[in-house]
Amino acid sequence: MTELDEYAERIESLAHRLGLDYYPVDFEMAPASLMTEIAVYGLPIRMPHWSFGVRYIHQLVHQSMGHSKIFEVMFPGDPCRAFLMDTNSLAENALVTAHVVGHADFSKNNLLFSRFHEMAGGNIVEKAAAHAQRIQQAIEAAGLERVEAVLDAALALESHVDVGGELHRARYPEFIAEKKKSTVTAFHQRYSQLPGASEPEALPLGLQLSPQRTRVPPHPEYDLLWFIANYAPELEQWERDIFLAVRAESLYFYPVFACQIMNEGWASYWHARLLREADFLPQQTYLAAIKAHSDVVRPYASGEQTALAINPYHLGFTLWEHIVEKHGLAHARQVMREEDDFGFIRNFLDRELAEKLDLFVYEVHQGDEIRVANRDLEAVREAILAPKFNFGAPRVAAVEIKPDGGLILAHEHASDGRGLDAARAKKVLEYTRRVWRRPVRLHTVNDRSEAIELAA
Amino acid sequence: MIRIAAETPWYELFSRGARDWLRHNQKVRAAVKESLPELLAGADLISRPGNRTVLVPVKFLEHARFRLLDPQSRQGAGQGKGQPGDVLQPAREESDSQGRAGGTGNGEIKFVVELKIDEIVDWLWEELKLPELKPKRAATLDEPDYVREGWDKRGARSRLDRRRTMKEAVKRRSIQTDPVAIVNDDLRFRQLVKRATPATNAAVLFALDVSGSMDEAQRRLAKQFFFFALQGIRRQYSKVETLFLAHAAQAWEFDESQFFQASSSGGTVTSCVAQLALEVVQKRFDPSRYNTYFFYASDGENAAEDRDEARSSLGELAGLLNYAGYVETGGVATFRPRETQLAEIFGELKAKGGPVGVSHLGSQEDIWRTIREFFTEQSKND
Repeated sequence: MTELDEYAERIESLAHRLGLDYYPVDFEMAPASLMTEIAVYGLPIRMPHWSFGVRYIHQLVHQSMGHSKIFEVMFPGDPCRAFLMDTNSLAENALVTAHVVGHADFSKNNLLFSRFHEMAGGNIVEKAAAHAQRIQQAIEAAGLERVEAVLDAALALESHVDVGGELHRARYPEFIAEKKKSTVTAFHQRYSQLPGASEPEALPLGLQLSPQRTRVPPHPEYDLLWFIANYAPELEQWERDIFLAVRAESLYFYPVFACQIMNEGWASYWHARLLREADFLPQQTYLAAIKAHSDVVRPYASGEQTALAINPYHLGFTLWEHIVEKHGLAHARQVMREEDDFGFIRNFLDRELAEKLDLFVYEVHQGDEIRVANRDLEAVREAILAPKFNFGAPRVAAVEIKPDGGLILAHEHASDGRGLDAARAKKVLEYTRRVWRRPVRLHTVNDRSEAIELAA
Repeated sequence: MIRIAAETPWYELFSRGARDWLRHNQKVRAAVKESLPELLAGADLISRPGNRTVLVPVKFLEHARFRLLDPQSRQGAGQGKGQPGDVLQPAREESDSQGRAGGTGNGEIKFVVELKIDEIVDWLWEELKLPELKPKRAATLDEPDYVREGWDKRGARSRLDRRRTMKEAVKRRSIQTDPVAIVNDDLRFRQLVKRATPATNAAVLFALDVSGSMDEAQRRLAKQFFFFALQGIRRQYSKVETLFLAHAAQAWEFDESQFFQASSSGGTVTSCVAQLALEVVQKRFDPSRYNTYFFYASDGENAAEDRDEARSSLGELAGLLNYAGYVETGGVATFRPRETQLAEIFGELKAKGGPVGVSHLGSQEDIWRTIREFFTEQSKND
């Protein structure tokens, strides 16, 4: 048994004593190359696509400049899968083990996470690898170009899923039942007919009873991946599979995305607390681990006085410490179960904390000048949350299928505040057209708020 | 229970990131090909036999997503000291000189693709469905050369054909009862004979009008055209010699590096360049041994008094050539409905059945059309 094994076991029993509750965690030591790929793909094995290649190069450049070091990556599930960088020191690994235990506890108990777990099962790593395998088979059967065209579209629409919806969602019902006859009340009887007018004729029987065929879509449909997979006029089965695979992975990423501040904060809170109470750790190891902790959980890069991005580890950690101190651990656990970042920030980031943390809203003006705009609490909260709305994507819905099979999309520019970037949107329409195989059009507004239609 | 596995079997098998990166690069190459004429205009590309690649600076491909328009001013959450109104980061223009530290952070990565010129040209020829050039008939039976022909039982060791020898041995052994592996009789040597082979030498003369009326843009167009014309000829001939002639009221021979920089304020006298070309062809490129091509770019405004002189010397020159191509440069604005003097002269030569092509090169977009015209014309002439 190595030292780390021993520490890990003792950290774990300490965690159980402190009330953490989680699925078992499989740890694996991984080389830097794999850690980089996980950072790029989001999963250890994922479908091939050239856009990941671009991110990969950016990541390599970043790492070579020393901007980011990846200590660990954890995939929730049953069991959870954690990868530790094989160059971590013993102290760093002790810290990372405790950190992962915090994540494991979070992902088993948080409602968003557990909802996905129930829908998809706790083996996303294996599922994604299976998707990649099937896509490889599709490439062999249909050719790289065709598969790539499908992935271009599916990955471009990656965030356009209904995060509140089901993973395995049925098609719209083919028919809707006839409209219920309104019950005739005395009031209705009295005023339905003008004095002297003749009795209105009843509709012919057949017409009245036949159920209505559903319009597709019956309502604006925001789950574009699901909609295209189910209603594209000539989609082949393997193409549909790719869309649904991208959708499943996207739904898996959502809780991680929507709870990032809470989740990283929770894990940081627990690694700090577990190490503090781990009396079995030698003094030297503990100090080294706490040093690593303060490198991760700090608001500014070293030597800086301000930051133009908020470190979720630092913000989350501070909030959880505050909540535990003020309301006790039981209450903190309840918050952890029920909230996502929206509720977490809006309910628990109070004026006192915002002031203590020196949070502000900044504004970038033309010419790239950046100024502090204000320190208003509401504005700070919303500025933190703004990139998280709607899975970070504009609100675009499928609204109609034309008689020629053409697809009409509509952008909710009113709620998003402005129109879409036309050049990029057009590109996405082109990707989409290749799988929809009929014209695809999109309604949005331009920079002068005039309605425009983009087509491909 | 936490288990720690130290085995790392599968991820080292291949790099998924590198695989997708290579695929991205393939797509970049394909995209670059589509905008080749513009990209290739800049560099000094025509000769340099040792360096048959071009470096093209490109951007990363972007996988588009729906994204909101850039707002007039963007907001975000930050952390640190500072009062409303404090400038956290000055506008970019001012700070450039001091060298920014960090700042926006995602420093742009530049990268270049290296393209083989042969690859580019092959692709172009396929894309444009251009015919292959044919060497002149008169010059086809001229170059005696050694070619392989047949086998002999005796010969120099270096010409031993091992495959053939083994075959002979197998044949012999199959009919012998107690065979030996190899005997002298099995040996076969390749034989060489002297045969006349089609001449594969080509000479390409590029002539450029550098008089005052040819502006920078026109010369650039001419250069691009020359580049692709030369590549087309290079595809066909194993040995290509190039010659660069520039003229205004006088004609000079240049080397390539100076050729496109040359300019003169003088008037245009085409006959002098035709004379010089004639001289060079007669002296250096014996028509029976060389396939000679002449490409001439000008805005077409020749001095009026030079008309007859130009007509006769160009006519004489055309008689010695595989093909003469005249490109008239000039933007749409300067496009004249009436024919220029040179267009007229070349038109006449063509009407008389000479191996001549005439085309107008108004802008960037015309280059492919012009190339196509010349090369289809040329194959018709054969």
